[in-house]
Amino acid sequence: MAERKVVDARGSFCPGPLMELIGWMKLAQVGDEIELLSSDKGSAADVPEWVKKVGHEFLGTREEGGVWHIVVKKAK
Amino acid sequence: MNRISIIVVAGSAERLQMAAMVASVGAVSGNDVRVLLSMNALPLFVKGSAGPAPAEGPVGNVMAGKKVPPFRTLFEQAVELGDAKVHPCSMAMDVLELEPGAVLPWLAEPLGLTAFLHDAQGGQLLSF
Repeated sequence: MAERKVVDARGSFCPGPLMELIGWMKLAQVGDEIELLSSDKGSAADVPEWVKKVGHEFLGTREEGGVWHIVVKKAK
Repeated sequence: MNRISIIVVAGSAERLQMAAMVASVGAVSGNDVRVLLSMNALPLFVKGSAGPAPAEGPVGNVMAGKKVPPFRTLFEQAVELGDAKVHPCSMAMDVLELEPGAVLPWLAEPLGLTAFLHDAQGGQLLSF
């Protein structure tokens, strides 16, 4: 059964949030979702680019109080 | 697969950070990344050298007080998450009288410049 995991990378600068995400994506099962929390504005733009490039599914981003919630689904 | 070859000779925080960022993001984005550590960069990858690199300018000093991913961690993630290869330069190893076992364990085998440049043909070559 697919799960959603929250990965808290707040406070870390680029490319820290991306590398955190990738580490958890390696452990996830296909279909699992990861919600990455990042306070780094650059990562909010970079992470979706990486997701699209490598072929996972980008489910969306929302910003709340200076924290970006970036949701990704492992597609392969 | 696109090849990115990175030569790192500087021992400053800023240049090592940028090289490590390119290596890690490049590797996890599907590129074949090769790194050659030489000159003032290599001593920072000897076992026991865990401290930060010296800043060469104001940004390096600012980075030291922020939660910036350490350059060694980023290079190691390039290897572990992106299958990059980070080689110590064989010439610098000889000059510094270092044995292969003296450097951090996630580094690949020492490599000469001739082989590195041969492998870099047809790809991007960056230096820091």
